[in-house]
Amino acid sequence: MTTQAKPEEASSAGSGGDQPFLSVRDLSVRFSTEDGVVRAVDNLSFDVAPGSTLGIVGESGSGKSVTNLAVLGLHNPDRTEITGSIKLDGQELVGASNRELEKLRGKTMSMIFQDPLTALSPYHTIGKQIGETFRKHTGASKKESRDRAIEMLTRVGIPQPTTRVDDYPHQFSGGMRQRAMIAMALVCDPKLVIADEPTTALDVTVQAQILDLLKDLQQEMGTAIILITHDLGVVARTAQQIMVMYAGRAVERGTVREVLKAPQHPYTWGLLSSMPSLTGDVSVPLRPVRGTPPSLINLPTGCPFNPRCDHREQVIGGGCTTERPPLAPATGHAAACHLSAAQRQDIFIDQIKPRLG
Amino acid sequence: MSNELTLEKPGGAATGSGDALLSIKGVQKHFPVLDGFLFKRQVGAVHAVDGVSLDVFQGESVGLVGESGCGKSTLGRLVTRLLEPTAGEIRYNGQDITHANRKELAPIRSEIQMIFQDPYSSLNPRHTVGSIIGAPMEINGINPKGGIQRRVQELLETVGLNPEHYNRFPHEFSGGQRQRIGVARALSLNPKLIVADEPVSALDVSIQAQVVNLLQELQRELGIAFLFIAHDLSVVRHFSQRVAVMYLGKIVEIADRKSLYEAPRHPYTHALLSAVPEADPDDNRERIRLIGDVPSPLNPPSGCRFRTRCWKAQEKCSVEEPPLIQLSGSLDGHLTACHFPEGDIKRSPEEGSTAAVPEQRAEV
Ligand SMILES: Nc1ncnc2c1ncn2[C@@H]1O[C@H](COP(=O)(O)OP(=O)(O)O)[C@@H](O)[C@H]1O
Ligand SMILES: Nc1ncnc2c1ncn2[C@@H]1O[C@H](COP(=O)(O)OP(=O)(O)O)[C@@H](O)[C@H]1O
Ligand code: SF4
Ligand code: SF4
Ligand SMILES: [Mg+2]
Ligand SMILES: [Mg+2]
Repeated sequence: MTTQAKPEEASSAGSGGDQPFLSVRDLSVRFSTEDGVVRAVDNLSFDVAPGSTLGIVGESGSGKSVTNLAVLGLHNPDRTEITGSIKLDGQELVGASNRELEKLRGKTMSMIFQDPLTALSPYHTIGKQIGETFRKHTGASKKESRDRAIEMLTRVGIPQPTTRVDDYPHQFSGGMRQRAMIAMALVCDPKLVIADEPTTALDVTVQAQILDLLKDLQQEMGTAIILITHDLGVVARTAQQIMVMYAGRAVERGTVREVLKAPQHPYTWGLLSSMPSLTGDVSVPLRPVRGTPPSLINLPTGCPFNPRCDHREQVIGGGCTTERPPLAPATGHAAACHLSAAQRQDIFIDQIKPRLG
Repeated sequence: MSNELTLEKPGGAATGSGDALLSIKGVQKHFPVLDGFLFKRQVGAVHAVDGVSLDVFQGESVGLVGESGCGKSTLGRLVTRLLEPTAGEIRYNGQDITHANRKELAPIRSEIQMIFQDPYSSLNPRHTVGSIIGAPMEINGINPKGGIQRRVQELLETVGLNPEHYNRFPHEFSGGQRQRIGVARALSLNPKLIVADEPVSALDVSIQAQVVNLLQELQRELGIAFLFIAHDLSVVRHFSQRVAVMYLGKIVEIADRKSLYEAPRHPYTHALLSAVPEADPDDNRERIRLIGDVPSPLNPPSGCRFRTRCWKAQEKCSVEEPPLIQLSGSLDGHLTACHFPEGDIKRSPEEGSTAAVPEQRAEV
């Protein structure tokens, strides 16, 4: 039992402290398609500390799901080229055999999807499905598995778990199905849970329940969580660390406070100024990022954000269209942008912050 | 028009909102639920919209929020008369259109347009953008100055698309651009009222902001009124001057946005607002944890429909339906349907005392 609860607002991803439980280095994922090679994830590095939550944010198509399917080893190897390194508790997963990955999935790491119906079979009872996962990894008896399923349903707050355990997924409401899927993901006490847009399909009051539940369970069990979402509000409420993705790359990384209170990358500025808030001045128009995300088959040269960026003229000596900016510094709050740290600081204070209200 | 009987409803005169562009009163839509193998018989009804009254004034945007299944889309479809109400009354510009037939609706069809959430499914993939945007003009036999193509190109420009692209097909556009095509189509007949059903919900934030800004410009510059349906409370606040909150087929609260967001009186509105996560690590707002899910609209709870999830519910809430009224202490036009409303404590002492004696207000 690991129960290292990482204090909130601790140092940034990768900077000392705990050994990361998950460590991803220079990960690239490419798909060959009829139209060409899709560079869905391009040279991505990040860490997740035990018991902590990393929020991965970015618009649709930015590579969030592809990254995490790579961690879980769920890409079709025939059409996918994966390079780099993914270390789970020290064990290399890139190139690991299907059997090894199969053993880890559900036990050491597990996943929660946006749509529980993709994870739950309509033909088996909830209890059977949760119990099977447990049996597969622990060799428990049928009776023990059923008891465990009931215990898990209780833990995720399903009312009357002893009878609901025999229900089929369609007999559950949307929020309850999500709870059942969480129960299934956590049945073997995994050390890493990847939740891919777990609340996107839910209403806000149910979303709040599910996020609270995930947090409570994390504290109880010391699970590390990767929370994928397009909603910065969800990250602010749940995560300690944030990684902002754009076109398959990390463009900014830091603690929740660093990234949301003092963002350093023009794309993060754009995301924040696009979002209306519950208290902002309604007479101030939103400031959308202009244009649309690039094609991952034909990425712009240099900084992938450059066609949409309002600040590239300010980069001394140019470089935005020719040279790819690295995510720097290597640890702590980092951004991938050619603007100097001082420039970014000034632009944020003078132009961006006043807009955010 | 032709059918005097439908137009001269006795209740119509009492509308009392002569200058509302759209005025709906006690509107209901019940969808029958059929069962039986050979002989279908009605075994119940989905109370999708259950007695909603609402006015939309010229050039104003009224937001409609609430959790999925509360009846927002159904209400939007009733207003655009894609659906016929089970009961109640809908007036457009003073004219009763509750049961108007196609012919009677024709002259106002052009004035009320709808924009849908899903820009993909609402555009025919086999038609060019030009013919999609031009279709309403053709159907209504309208021949604009300079011809339909010219007008289409003008509209493309208005919504920020390249006017040269009228010959392209929907799949050649991104999600945000497709939503712009939907907007251009809605604008083609110079509408006075647009019912926008989750127009930006499927879009990423940066694109969502582009479309919200576009709609806002149209509202201001063309004076178009909006019934703006969305589940995102921040977007609705940004776009709508007045906001109505729905729960299980009913409006439970409606107010000016400032009053609704800063001083909600209905426990559900309060809970809904407190559940919205803000992108601010310093957001320390009090949070209300609602338990459970929304009950089935097949068999809504008696009395106040929110009572099964309400932390303030008392005996009275299950026996007496709270009317949607202006409570003491609320600003003008701020209506709430609750026996034991929020926010009483903060108000002046004599008003605050009403919290303890709520009976004195609640008479239908
Ligand atoms: N199996 C696949 N084959 C080809 N392209 C793919 C495949 N899976 C994902 N992609 C592409 O990779 C990019 C990143 O996708 P994804 O990680 O799902 O984005 P998101 O950030 O929305 O989760 C997208 O452009 C998507 O179309
Ligand atoms: N055509 C229909 N037949 C039966 N039930 C319907 C129909 N359309 C909507 N409903 C039901 O009416 C209720 C309200 O739906 P809807 O207006 O779509 O809600 P919202 O847009 O707020 O999510 C839901 O319970 C829904 O299932
Ligand atoms: S590197 Fe240049 S284009 Fe990219 S975000 Fe920074 S300023 Fe903008
Ligand atoms: S009427 Fe009663 S149950 Fe309904 S919202 Fe008010 S206090 Fe809650
Ligand atoms: Mg995804
Ligand atoms: Mg709807």
